[in-house]
Amino acid sequence: MRTWVACSLVLMTAFAGCNRANSTRPKQLPYIQRYTSSPATSLASVLADDGQWVMAPKDYANTRFSSLDQINTKNVGNLQAAWTFSTGILRGHEAAPLIVNNTMYIVGPFPNPVFALDLTRPGGPLKWQYKPAVISGAKGVACCDWVNRGAAFGDGKIVFNTLDNQTIALDANTGAEVWKTTLGDINQGETITMAPLIVKDKVLVGNAGGEFGVRGWLQALDLKTGKPVWKAFHTGPDTDCLIGPDFKPFYPLDAGKDLGVKTWSPESWRQGGGTMWGWISYDPQLNLIYYGTGNPGPWNPELRPGDNKWTATLFARDVDTGAAKWAYQFQPHDNFDYDAVNESTLLDLHLPGGQLRKVLVRAERNGYMYMIDRANGQVLSADPYAFITSTKGIDLKTGRPIENPDKQPKSGKVIREICPAVPGAKDWQPSAYSPRTGLLYVPSENLCMDFEGLEANYIAGTPYLGANIRYYAGPGGNRGELLAWDVVHRKKVWGVKERFPTYSGAVATAGDLVFYGTMDGWFKALDARSGDTLWKFKTDSGIISQPVTWRGPDGKQYVAVLTGVGGWPGAIVSGDLDPRDAGAGDGFVSAMSDLPKFTEKGSTLYVFALP
Amino acid sequence: MRNALLLASCLLAAAACRREQREIVHSPAASHASGGIVRLSELQPGQPTPEVEVRNASEEKAYDINEGKRLFAAYNCSGCHSHGGGGIGPALMDNYWVYGSHPENIHDTIVEGRPNGMPSFGGKIPDYQIWEIVAYVRSLSGLVNPTVAPSRDDHMQVKVAEQSKKEESTEEKKKP
Ligand code: HEC
Repeated sequence: MRTWVACSLVLMTAFAGCNRANSTRPKQLPYIQRYTSSPATSLASVLADDGQWVMAPKDYANTRFSSLDQINTKNVGNLQAAWTFSTGILRGHEAAPLIVNNTMYIVGPFPNPVFALDLTRPGGPLKWQYKPAVISGAKGVACCDWVNRGAAFGDGKIVFNTLDNQTIALDANTGAEVWKTTLGDINQGETITMAPLIVKDKVLVGNAGGEFGVRGWLQALDLKTGKPVWKAFHTGPDTDCLIGPDFKPFYPLDAGKDLGVKTWSPESWRQGGGTMWGWISYDPQLNLIYYGTGNPGPWNPELRPGDNKWTATLFARDVDTGAAKWAYQFQPHDNFDYDAVNESTLLDLHLPGGQLRKVLVRAERNGYMYMIDRANGQVLSADPYAFITSTKGIDLKTGRPIENPDKQPKSGKVIREICPAVPGAKDWQPSAYSPRTGLLYVPSENLCMDFEGLEANYIAGTPYLGANIRYYAGPGGNRGELLAWDVVHRKKVWGVKERFPTYSGAVATAGDLVFYGTMDGWFKALDARSGDTLWKFKTDSGIISQPVTWRGPDGKQYVAVLTGVGGWPGAIVSGDLDPRDAGAGDGFVSAMSDLPKFTEKGSTLYVFALP
Repeated sequence: MRNALLLASCLLAAAACRREQREIVHSPAASHASGGIVRLSELQPGQPTPEVEVRNASEEKAYDINEGKRLFAAYNCSGCHSHGGGGIGPALMDNYWVYGSHPENIHDTIVEGRPNGMPSFGGKIPDYQIWEIVAYVRSLSGLVNPTVAPSRDDHMQVKVAEQSKKEESTEEKKKP
């Protein structure tokens, strides 16, 4: 709570007057709390120390900004590898390590071991490790490699999800199991890959499986016991979706009774998708959580007439009850598998015109950068940040995208050059925001696709797609770009083009650096203002995870990242897919056929420090 | 010489005949096995003893392989293996076989499932259809007679037609 206030204060000052040339921004946040010898157990107290990294998105606002500045633009050229650690699993590593009370916690890909490393001793030796009992068959229903996006800390516990649908809480000091609970069924095609978020006394968890016709949900578990407190489905009747009297959507498009049933052909909402495998933000003042839902199933849109609510939708919910406050559907009747699970970055901005607005900013998969009033769900702006042919803009009056009739998928017909492709202009890999520069650093993808609609048979536990697809590089030929977006002035400021999709998260620091990794194995530090590459290091494998930074017990700043290529774009390497089939890996392999020439599988944590 | 030619064309005609054969009512033993034991390992202690040899009748019929191709999509095999290049499941168009490339191996894989995420379809797909799918799966890596393999796709072309697929290698290789 305290950090929240401090953080929003900083953001407010940063934008006071909104005069970017005349910068009077504070250099860094003050260190609110130094390390104490007895470990703090409550999330609020560890959050107050900005030298730690206590949740995957760094803070509830999802900024991934650290106020540490010991490593900065002047000295980053000297950054060196300090020590490494292997998880031993040669599959895609997407997780952010956590750093709490001088311990680093890592969750590996399936079978999802958890490692606790002691940061008070040289080389970060293992403090404990935990290997969950898991069902091997879960690998068969994991659409996009066996990934896991990280753990959460709260109440002295480390909480994480397993691919086979368990949520497990461990004693952060000993690794002893405190509780575990099973929330889904692999035989329905469900898995869990997201990093849970802990808010107050609740653990928030959502399911994955949008490619298997599952019915999506988010639920809150009691942090003490693991018992479910509330569960919100994302298709079906209002009572299941926790849509009640408090629900006040901004657009008529999202208003009406039981839209989760009526916007589907009869009963098809039961296999409708709308999962939740991405990021959640939390605003303690409004007491609201924000998150978006995944794609509708099947992919072929002709097979599911209607708006298909509440898939590809942003929800604001009361965290205590789960009751929906408002919702906004980015893609009614989503044509292109544009999941809306990306992070919402919560910012308090002085917009041109002067008034302070509580907004959320999202680099959406459909290629638009949305700025949304987070109190009422009004879309203030939606600007393209990528090359788009699939739609012709967003109508701010109705909230609907303006469809491009030439690019509507059809059964039995190949529609070419749909951009962005299914994985979007940006997938789940999270952006970072620096209050010092006012820039959002977005790891993006530049991919287009050919799409042919097919029949789809619903067989529980098997893919429910109905599409033949292949992806390829968009204009320019670079498949990725780390771009800097000025959120107030709503424009791209610079970009660093990458050969492969930029599929790692980004981190911004008060040293005015931006860290991220590439799929060909480079870990890079950019100048946060100019975008110049100030330092880079070649690791053992492609990077698709989330870097973190912290202050060690020795007072030094560290930066760490997990390598291990894989995930959806890297499955050609982690799953040995065959590029002679352009449709392999749901179409991604055709865009990645040269990846095996650049990287092999990996599983290493790299820790960097100044000499 | 004339006799030989005559004989050859007779044989060809007979083969072509089988190629075009459609069995509307499938006998339960559309395919049959002879010999010893289905083995997954190249290691056997002591004296080598014969392996089972299966003749998959569907592998000789264009109609059956084509049906296999249709069923491969209809039962959502293609959702996990794409068009043979793989996805959630491994590629089936290469010469790496974890659980064996012989018809009986692939039949067992489909019926029993495999521990790392291959569902068990036993009891869910009629056996004659499984043999048709087996024949189609083998055509992906060029393991069937090209004259019976499907020659075209009615859909977006994402790979060469099965008929033009060269056999991956004469020696089956196991994954390292
Ligand atoms: C839900 C995903 C899924 C579906 C559906 C699926 N498979 Fe698989 N399949 C897999 C996975 C994962 C493996 C790897 C299993 C292992 O290694 O233990 C596999 C393995 C196989 C293998 C063994 C390959 C080898 O190297 O030995 C064959 C053959 C196969 N599948 C054929 C099929 C056929 C035919 C169908 C449809 C009837 C099918 N699969 C449906 C996921 C799937």
